[in-house]
Amino acid sequence: MNALSRTVRAELFRLRRWPAFWVTVTAWLLLNAMFGYVFNFVTYTSGDNSFSNEGQTRADVLATIVPSGVANTLPQGMPLFGGAIMMVLGAIVAGNGYGWGTWKTVFTQGPSRVTTMLGSMWAVVVLVAGLVVVTLVSDTLLALGVAGLESQPVTWSHPGDLLQSFGGGLLVMEMWALAGYFLGTLARSPAVSVGLGLVWALVIEGLLRGVGTSLQAVAVFTHFLPGTAAGSLIGSIVGAGGPDATPGLLDTLPAVRAVVTVAAWAVVLPVASLWLVRRRDVA
Amino acid sequence: MDDLVLETKSLTKRYGDRLAVDCVTMTVRRGEVYGFLGPNGAGKTTTLRMSLGLVHPTSGSATVLGRPAGDPAAIGRVGALIEGPGFYPYLSGRANLHVMARYRGLPDAAADAALERVDLSDRGGDRFKTYSLGMKQRLGVAAALMGDPDLIVLDEPTNGLDPGGMADMRALIVDLARGGQTVLLSSHLLAEVEEICDRVGVISRGRLLEESTVSALRGGRRLRVVAAPLDRALTVGMRFTENAELSGDAVLLDVPDDRTPDVVRALVADGLDVHEAVVTERTLEEVFFEMTRLELDTDRGLVEPGTEILR
Repeated sequence: MNALSRTVRAELFRLRRWPAFWVTVTAWLLLNAMFGYVFNFVTYTSGDNSFSNEGQTRADVLATIVPSGVANTLPQGMPLFGGAIMMVLGAIVAGNGYGWGTWKTVFTQGPSRVTTMLGSMWAVVVLVAGLVVVTLVSDTLLALGVAGLESQPVTWSHPGDLLQSFGGGLLVMEMWALAGYFLGTLARSPAVSVGLGLVWALVIEGLLRGVGTSLQAVAVFTHFLPGTAAGSLIGSIVGAGGPDATPGLLDTLPAVRAVVTVAAWAVVLPVASLWLVRRRDVA
Repeated sequence: MDDLVLETKSLTKRYGDRLAVDCVTMTVRRGEVYGFLGPNGAGKTTTLRMSLGLVHPTSGSATVLGRPAGDPAAIGRVGALIEGPGFYPYLSGRANLHVMARYRGLPDAAADAALERVDLSDRGGDRFKTYSLGMKQRLGVAAALMGDPDLIVLDEPTNGLDPGGMADMRALIVDLARGGQTVLLSSHLLAEVEEICDRVGVISRGRLLEESTVSALRGGRRLRVVAAPLDRALTVGMRFTENAELSGDAVLLDVPDDRTPDVVRALVADGLDVHEAVVTERTLEEVFFEMTRLELDTDRGLVEPGTEILR
């Protein structure tokens, strides 16, 4: 077994046993279920209009929470709060090791620093991929439950659509997790990195896009930002714009450019983490 | 030719204006217990960190098992506990070792054996965060022992241990040495180093003052004579050795043990009253304080640089 696979194995071993990992994962799955299905189901059954279904008929709402709507519903929460939670995950995986002194211990076990970091990031990527699969399963089960309760025929999303949604969502979630990992590495602290990351993802990018509506240079700058790219990627898959759009979904960039930008961030961020770890001293 | 396990050449680390390690050249030979001795803040941990590749030196080099510092091929054969144990607080002691065993490519059995060796098996299932400081320290040593590495680096391993724990830790290190393992032990505890180390490197304010065997550092045994009148005792003593000096109310003579009766006989024959004649050895503590005091005096210009400060 080579050093990289030993490192991935070791990281998966310890992350699986970390309560904070499960808290983060559970938070995402609960939020996804609530905003994707529970609120819409309650709205549908109560027949009320609410913030989440303004301008939609009851039939429209039902269409999003039955099995045929899974491809559309699956990635909707991922650019904004799914990404934010993944960023928290990445940040605590990287940042806590500095406070605990575990990176110092790990860097004296044999694998090189670069291999160790690569293995650790690879473990995060594997876990996030697993989480997106679990999200798909969870959405499918919830949709089947709704179909059963409402006696709706079970028709599935088109496999191509499902694959596109899954791939887009996976790319976005991985990018944010790697962004969090970079911030945790940069700050060498989970608290600072989580704080910075959340303010950036939830506030700053939105503000910049707002400024960009009147300043062209700022607008061009925002086109290269991870949040804009992630929102545009998912927006291009499930549709964006209009008063009923899910927060975080955008139509700023065309699909191909959004994919390329998100993929570029997913490469640049880990490379930057590796560069940082390689060059600096470990206290 | 000596089989060098660790070698540093003019190793230097500067943080801004502060010189943490100043041109340290030291060697650790296979099979020995090397004591790296110095007060807190002397530069011991920084030197060890550079040797393990955790810290990049400003200049100079370190070689471990024939490879540059931080080379994975060498680090994989080194077990280290550097400045306190760093483990995952939410995992048990055993699970923490299992993580490190995976990093090293060792079976879980190696972790369990190491836990047994530091007498932590009973508490191995408890979370690391519930451990006392001494238990955490022992777990750190256990991690360093896993897989019988060629070199074990222990940075202040008795920190936080109670007297019983310190004795157990020293016994463990002695046991490792008997098994032929090379140990680099950093400590500010002179008695600890004196008790278990073969060779010692003394570091103070970033500079390696001396590197030698413990016995050579302490110097030879000397005859301490208390006799009256003292000045005549010194004159008599100088018939036996040039290395005779006054020390308080006594005369110290650098003579072989078997000359003691001759010295006493000469003193009595000259009509002196002999109150005491005893063969003494300097403790490492005396040597250490003498060295660091002289180093300070040298810096202040009170002593010429290069003055022999040991004997």
